[in-house]
Amino acid sequence: MTVDPYVLHINGADHPVVDGRIDESLLWVLRERLELPGSKNACEEGECGSCTVRLDDEIVCSCLVLAASAAGRRITTIEGLAAEGELADVQQAFIDAGAVQCGFCTPGLLVAIDRLLDDHPDPEELTVQEAISGNLCRCTGYGRILAAVQLAAAARRGSETQAVVR
Amino acid sequence: MSVVTTPQRIDRTGRVGENAPRPDGIPKVTGDFAFSGDFRHAGMLWGGTLRSPHPSARVLSVDVSRALAMTGVHAALTWEDVPGSLHYGLEHPDQPVLADGVVRYQGEPVAVVAADHPDTVRRALDAIVVDYRELQPLIDPELAEEAPPIHPDGNLIRRIQLRHGPQEAVGDVAVEGTYEVGMQDQAPLGTESGLAVPDDRGGVDLYVSTQDLHADRDQVAACLGLEPEAVRLTLAGVGGAFGAREDISLHVHLCLLALRTGRPVKMSYSRTESFHGHVHRHPARMWYRHHARADGTLVRVEARLLFDGGAYASTSSAVLANATCFAVGPYRVDSAQIEGVAVRTNNPPCGAMRGFGCVQVCFAHEAQMDRLADALGMDPVELRLANALEPGDRIITGQRITGTAPVAEVIRSCADHPSAAARSDNPMSRPGGAGRTADVEHVVRGEALAVGFKNLMFSEGFDDYSTAACRLADGVATITSACAEVGQGFVTLAHQIAHEVLGVDEVVLAPVSTATIASAGSTSASRQTWMSGGAVQAACEAVRARLLDRVAAAHGVPVDDLVLVDGRVAALSGAFEMDLAEATAQPVEAEEVYRHAPTVALDDDGQGDAHVSFAFSAHRAIVDVDVDLGLVKVVELTTSQDVGRVLNPLQVIGQLEGGAAQGIGLAVLEELQVAEGRILNPSFTDYLLPTALDMPPVEIAALIEQPEPGAPFGAKGVGEPPTISSTAAVAAAVRRATGLDLPRVPIRPADIAFRGGTGQRPTGEDPS
Amino acid sequence: MLAGGTDLMVEVNHGRRHLVDVVTLDQIPELSHWERNGDVFRLGSGLTYTALAGPLLADFLPGLAQAARTVGSPQIRNSGTLGGNLATASPAGDTIPVLAALDAVVELRSADGHREVPVTDFITGVKHNDLRPGELIEAIRVPVADGPQEFLKVGTRNAMVISVVSLAMVVDLSAHQVRVGLGAVSPVPERATEAEAFINGLIDWDGQVLPEAATVDRFADLVVTAASPIDDHRGSAAYRRHALGVLARRALIRCFGEENR
Repeated sequence: MTVDPYVLHINGADHPVVDGRIDESLLWVLRERLELPGSKNACEEGECGSCTVRLDDEIVCSCLVLAASAAGRRITTIEGLAAEGELADVQQAFIDAGAVQCGFCTPGLLVAIDRLLDDHPDPEELTVQEAISGNLCRCTGYGRILAAVQLAAAARRGSETQAVVR
Repeated sequence: MSVVTTPQRIDRTGRVGENAPRPDGIPKVTGDFAFSGDFRHAGMLWGGTLRSPHPSARVLSVDVSRALAMTGVHAALTWEDVPGSLHYGLEHPDQPVLADGVVRYQGEPVAVVAADHPDTVRRALDAIVVDYRELQPLIDPELAEEAPPIHPDGNLIRRIQLRHGPQEAVGDVAVEGTYEVGMQDQAPLGTESGLAVPDDRGGVDLYVSTQDLHADRDQVAACLGLEPEAVRLTLAGVGGAFGAREDISLHVHLCLLALRTGRPVKMSYSRTESFHGHVHRHPARMWYRHHARADGTLVRVEARLLFDGGAYASTSSAVLANATCFAVGPYRVDSAQIEGVAVRTNNPPCGAMRGFGCVQVCFAHEAQMDRLADALGMDPVELRLANALEPGDRIITGQRITGTAPVAEVIRSCADHPSAAARSDNPMSRPGGAGRTADVEHVVRGEALAVGFKNLMFSEGFDDYSTAACRLADGVATITSACAEVGQGFVTLAHQIAHEVLGVDEVVLAPVSTATIASAGSTSASRQTWMSGGAVQAACEAVRARLLDRVAAAHGVPVDDLVLVDGRVAALSGAFEMDLAEATAQPVEAEEVYRHAPTVALDDDGQGDAHVSFAFSAHRAIVDVDVDLGLVKVVELTTSQDVGRVLNPLQVIGQLEGGAAQGIGLAVLEELQVAEGRILNPSFTDYLLPTALDMPPVEIAALIEQPEPGAPFGAKGVGEPPTISSTAAVAAAVRRATGLDLPRVPIRPADIAFRGGTGQRPTGEDPS
Repeated sequence: MLAGGTDLMVEVNHGRRHLVDVVTLDQIPELSHWERNGDVFRLGSGLTYTALAGPLLADFLPGLAQAARTVGSPQIRNSGTLGGNLATASPAGDTIPVLAALDAVVELRSADGHREVPVTDFITGVKHNDLRPGELIEAIRVPVADGPQEFLKVGTRNAMVISVVSLAMVVDLSAHQVRVGLGAVSPVPERATEAEAFINGLIDWDGQVLPEAATVDRFADLVVTAASPIDDHRGSAAYRRHALGVLARRALIRCFGEENR
């Protein structure tokens, strides 16, 4: 069942979707139609967070968003976290803290943490743990990710104090 | 948002021992890194797999005609379309590419299709008609040896009868126990996926995530009936592995479809399919009897280990060898009798997973050590220290430890490390977490320590090697190795080693492909730091020697006076200096093969120098338990590990924390539940991986650095030990908290709430 | 009819359901609206779990807020809705036992008109409800209760987990009622009516004092008798009964305080 052409507003640009099918998820359209494969697919049922994107101001699992229903909304994916050739604070912190291993969960986590720091510039550990409890990571055991969040938060606060990597 | 401007090319690395950044870090944080499921190709088709719903059945017929007739369907293939070997396998080729008359486990591939859209694929798979005659599945491994064979190779995969020392030894005290480990899944976040592209000469290129390109290539080529050179495998980004990618999965299917259709074909497993599509950690039943003197000295250990291999052999034989050889743990014992048995059943096939046979026995031998300490009235840490292996000791295979073995150091540093665990007043931090089921008065705390033991690299006489090439041109080093980067950080080490040996800042890793270099072996068995690290080191050293010879000859400088440092060729005397870029305007190249010291097969008594090197770890777990509900919160994990030498501290920490998370998962969360041969929970909704709220802080008490003789830079592989002793430690801590035996992992809520899983009610209430 | 998509899209992604015509509800502001009219809260069916767990509503409906906070992950709570939880009608739906304990009423709207159904009647079976063709869940009406509320949920994992068993308790001090909703232990939402009647008659409502411990245990036993759990891969019926009794005891003590025993 095809759907009428629609336009998705992603990372500040309009992306027309033509010949789409009605039951395609936003994740599928991002990855397979719009050549934005940074959002990952690991479960297709909202239980891993690998496909996390920002829809308007909130993070959601893009695998559970009907793509056509996201027309007219602001979508931010991992590709839109920083301008080309630049790194966002959370991205730099992931590298510096050793939070990246296989990297499959990384894009979803970065989108989630970037959003978390909007509301919590100096988050407590438990707040961070709850905020990323929907993002499964199989490699790291989360320790370096928590360290990266503190590094990123410190960077965003512009703090002089160097966050210590535990 | 603050923004850091960073060049896309990593130009800073670090020396060996420093926190060099991952060269793939930037593409991985920007989303540019191409995982195997991210590949696309013009004119690409989608592939899919029809799987058996039955754990055991005869396949009377497979009719693909209705699928083939559908618009958009380009191929529908069965076993009759396999041109080469019908079977594949890492140790024995016993597993059909596509079921040829029989299915032996639920989820076994029966047919594959290629079509224009995944939805068309789905409808085409639905249209294939398979006539199954269901058979009674063999599901109990205890009955496997007596049952009619479910495979032409029989139901016994391997039996090892290990006998060590005098067999009549007895001590003052004996303790006995039976233990069980459930089926754990590696659950890498990236599911199996890949892209096959046919060439115009009858060959094929396969872009795939794997742990061993060359082992895959050889199996794929054999099944396609092609020369190995006609099948080129290129490593696509790997979303974790942990053993799940040691066997091939969709590889042959993709190539068959691409060759049949003449079009590129992509396939990507769903999570459910992934649970059915790779091997799991072996479920095990283990009986043990430990004999000791009254002073705690171990006298003899007897054990019987039964590993359920499922329908096909995979790596069961090697897993069983590990379980048997390391069955008693890192303790000195002069008399042992261990019977290890791996059998075939109609359960899901099992094979490699991080820890490889040692996880299961560690859970059992550590429970036994605690039981022995109780029987002797000894402190469990002191009992372990009293029996700890030392360099020069023999393990139960009769092999003498010629390398380092800081077992006592690992135990003592972990046990003595102060705990930072406080009682949290936040209900979210208590057992039950977000469900807020426990109040402070419902929680009891327990603490315990466990010790793990494993071999590094391949054993039993396997010709284990790795190949690497180095090319130094214009001051830039290019390293070529087929080592599969699966997240562990080999790419970082390769940079560091090249930097260390050649004094270069710019290091490029060539694409990883079977077309450009010979095998690096498998990314498993904690072996790549040693093996491919050794190969990269050797290749870089060969390049350095050649370059210095050339410069010495050209400029009349004594070669022994020359060094490579900070991008220059310089004479120690100060008499000569040259920019490295200039010195390598004419490139210098070398390719080297690295082998570890040879090993031998185990003899009929399970004796022999079968292993290369050993690694040890200890974990101390502190847990809070809500006994009434049976819920557990791991509060703190402290660890010490024998690492030889730390090559990259951050990466070592990452391995220790990540491995511990998988150990905690097996202790209290993760089990593929199988009933009547069927997996009940093949999804992330019901196969529960630890979340950030399930992981405690991992305190690293000590990284014991005693350089291992013969190992490049003295470093031991660090990936597996964290997974081995963590499960045992958590289980032991729950035992301490509850006073229950808990002989099985994962520990389920009912096992605690019903006081040992007997179904008995704790307070005498009527369960109905 | 697609609200947050957190259930339906799973079916679609796995090929178990094919969409033909879809009406998406997530951009209709009226459905995400809530208001208080005297002693009744009217909650739009499109309110997300995040909104339910937010401070505005949590002050008045703490049990519902706590249940909402245990649903899935932050991502799911941002998408999933109260109406969707009812439409899916899973026995493990986390808000449902709370709504049952709150005596909530479901407001249904169609082109033909409007009707109201108590939540305990709205869900008619496992993943079955009373929604008629062309009908939409417009709002859920919840009477204000002026006492403590509790929601406790057992899951094997500490977060992002489907309920093995849950229990909601709402205390209505004015009406002298303890009301108990059960989760994941019955095909349709159940109230522990016998247990409620038993305990309501024994509580000293003026002093808000609990009777002695033996009575608490009897109350818990009666709560368990209202359950009809099944064995599945998430837990056995025996464990669910046992855990339900534990939750009932703990909830009652949390609501009335142990020092009064």
